[in-house]
Amino acid sequence: MTSMRHISGSSIGIFLALVALMLLGSLRYDGFLTEFNILSVLRYNSMFALIGLGMCFVIMTGGIDLSVGSVAALASVVSAMLSPWGLMAGLLGGVAAGLAAGVLSGFIIVRLKIVPFIATLAVMLAASGAALLLAHNQSVAVSYDTAFTELGQGNLLESLEPDWVANGTNWFTSALDIVFAFPTPAWIALAANLVGIVVLNFRGFGRHVLAVGGGEEAARLMGLPAGRVIFIVYVISGGLAGLAGVILAAQFGAGQPTEGVGWELFAIASVVVGGTLLTGGRGTVVGTLAGVLVLGLIFTILNFENGMGWISLSAYWQSVVRGAILFVVVVLQSRLDAPETT
Amino acid sequence: MSSHVDRAGAASKPEGSPGLRSGRRALGDIQARYGALIALAVLLVFNVAVTPHFLSIQTLTVNLTQICTIVIVGIGMTFVIGTGGIDLSVGSLMAIAGAFAPIFFTGTLLPGAPVWVDVACGVVFPMLLVGVLGLFNGWLVSSFRIQPIIATLILFIAGRGIAQVWTNGNTQVFDVPEFQALALGRVAGIPFQVWIMLALVAIAAWVLHKTAFGRQVLAVGGNEPAARLSGIPVRRVKCIVYAISGLCSGLAGLIVIAMNAASDAGQVGRGMELDAIAAVAVGGTLLSGGRATVIGTLIGATTIQLVRYTLLANGVPDAAALIAKAAIIVLAVWLQRQRRA
Repeated sequence: MTSMRHISGSSIGIFLALVALMLLGSLRYDGFLTEFNILSVLRYNSMFALIGLGMCFVIMTGGIDLSVGSVAALASVVSAMLSPWGLMAGLLGGVAAGLAAGVLSGFIIVRLKIVPFIATLAVMLAASGAALLLAHNQSVAVSYDTAFTELGQGNLLESLEPDWVANGTNWFTSALDIVFAFPTPAWIALAANLVGIVVLNFRGFGRHVLAVGGGEEAARLMGLPAGRVIFIVYVISGGLAGLAGVILAAQFGAGQPTEGVGWELFAIASVVVGGTLLTGGRGTVVGTLAGVLVLGLIFTILNFENGMGWISLSAYWQSVVRGAILFVVVVLQSRLDAPETT
Repeated sequence: MSSHVDRAGAASKPEGSPGLRSGRRALGDIQARYGALIALAVLLVFNVAVTPHFLSIQTLTVNLTQICTIVIVGIGMTFVIGTGGIDLSVGSLMAIAGAFAPIFFTGTLLPGAPVWVDVACGVVFPMLLVGVLGLFNGWLVSSFRIQPIIATLILFIAGRGIAQVWTNGNTQVFDVPEFQALALGRVAGIPFQVWIMLALVAIAAWVLHKTAFGRQVLAVGGNEPAARLSGIPVRRVKCIVYAISGLCSGLAGLIVIAMNAASDAGQVGRGMELDAIAAVAVGGTLLSGGRATVIGTLIGATTIQLVRYTLLANGVPDAAALIAKAAIIVLAVWLQRQRRA
């Protein structure tokens, strides 16, 4: 919270990386900037954008939330089971499951005073167990009779698209076409992130989050309700993980109790790559979003590169590349921050 | 990570009368020091009374084999957490060791060499490799002052990828009894891997509690600036603990593939980091560093496993056992907190 320069300083790199990746992709591969490719990247990564947002807030308080992956899995099961009763039932049920998990994490951390790492590790196990119990150890098919799958597979504005846009052939109409074909989950993620930006930068709560992360004791002495702030960020993170789980179920047509393994660490990596300090007290929502997209684009680019036929890199290379990116980013960050932190 | 919660908790604790406080502390002391042990004893008594065929060498062997790799990884993790760090890369390092070992002992690399040379190389070189990767973790943590959770996240993500790229995602199946003896051989009826685990626990407990290095580990975790001022080579200590963690992971990875007679880079050691950390925390090692117990880690892993076994043996589904495991972790760490507050 020391200055704006900090925030732009450490997250500018991720935007450069994002632009570089997109340039590389659009210049090198034919199908890269097509509507289909852009939209499928956005559709899939919207889940990670939601989880990354929650994780960003948690990390800004100096905490961590390991439970997001299995909470998303639990929510996907719950929403799939409720999907026969309609879109709203599935949506609310999944989000409620996520919120409940968040409340549990917050309670263990704030009331029982157990470090977030262990508290959310326990909630991760519990959520995973609950998901498997509810789903009887198998995936739960969603109902296709209701509009539930629209949440994952639909395009929110598609029905509103005027004919002149659909039939247009110039660059302007194709750009507009993308807006109308924008996937529903991407709208959800976009809206959540906009709210996140507003809350962080223009609301008292955002300042409280950063103050608690910067120094909980000091924040408490200033009269900030540190416990309540910490509790709320875990509830937010749980709710967003629940929302991601709903999208997961709607997108793939099934609630999946064993999905979500490793999502938490992917989200943490996105937050860190995006320039948020893991020690708390400083963070950026937009940077996290860029981090999610950069790590997500690696997969797409790898696919396109293989499609070119010059090389044949297995999908396993994507984790090696992601690890390498994380390595470069954290080493650079430690160099940039060195004079201040010592 | 927030050790700040602890400090805040201690500050807001009301002062009681000295006698009451010391009495309470003594009680808390017993809870924290022997809590896991008492829980273990209760579990044992319960099982002897309720679970059929509990008192058999079969049951003992099954449970000990289940915890072997967790404890071996947990030993390295105990040292790392003792310095106030954490190592998320252990599972991926297990996969790397497991992925590279078969080229040695299946004889493709050294055709014509005697079997024992192949097997020795298959044990030594993969462990050296992951030991070096552990040093890499330590280097990031000590030289760049990158937070341990992020520094080791790099190899957590990339490590399994490296193992999968190396094996092209294929499961390597082998039949080398001399190597598999590492896990399957028996001495006095107990699997060899259990003896390895017990020996390592004994050595590690001795190193941690009786040697200068052990005291340096705890000093670094307890108060790093003070440790540095008193002349402790903080950087070197940190590098060494991550290297130890790497070596322990490598050994655990070899045991897993020896047990399965197959190496699947996608599966070996998956989720191990959390199992090991849970065992360490339940065992009574402070996650903020400065206090660590290797025996505690053994007890912690045994307790978690025994709860799972008790539930499974009495017809509770595995998914519900996960929830019980979560409750135990919270309960154990909460009880230990009561002592410090």
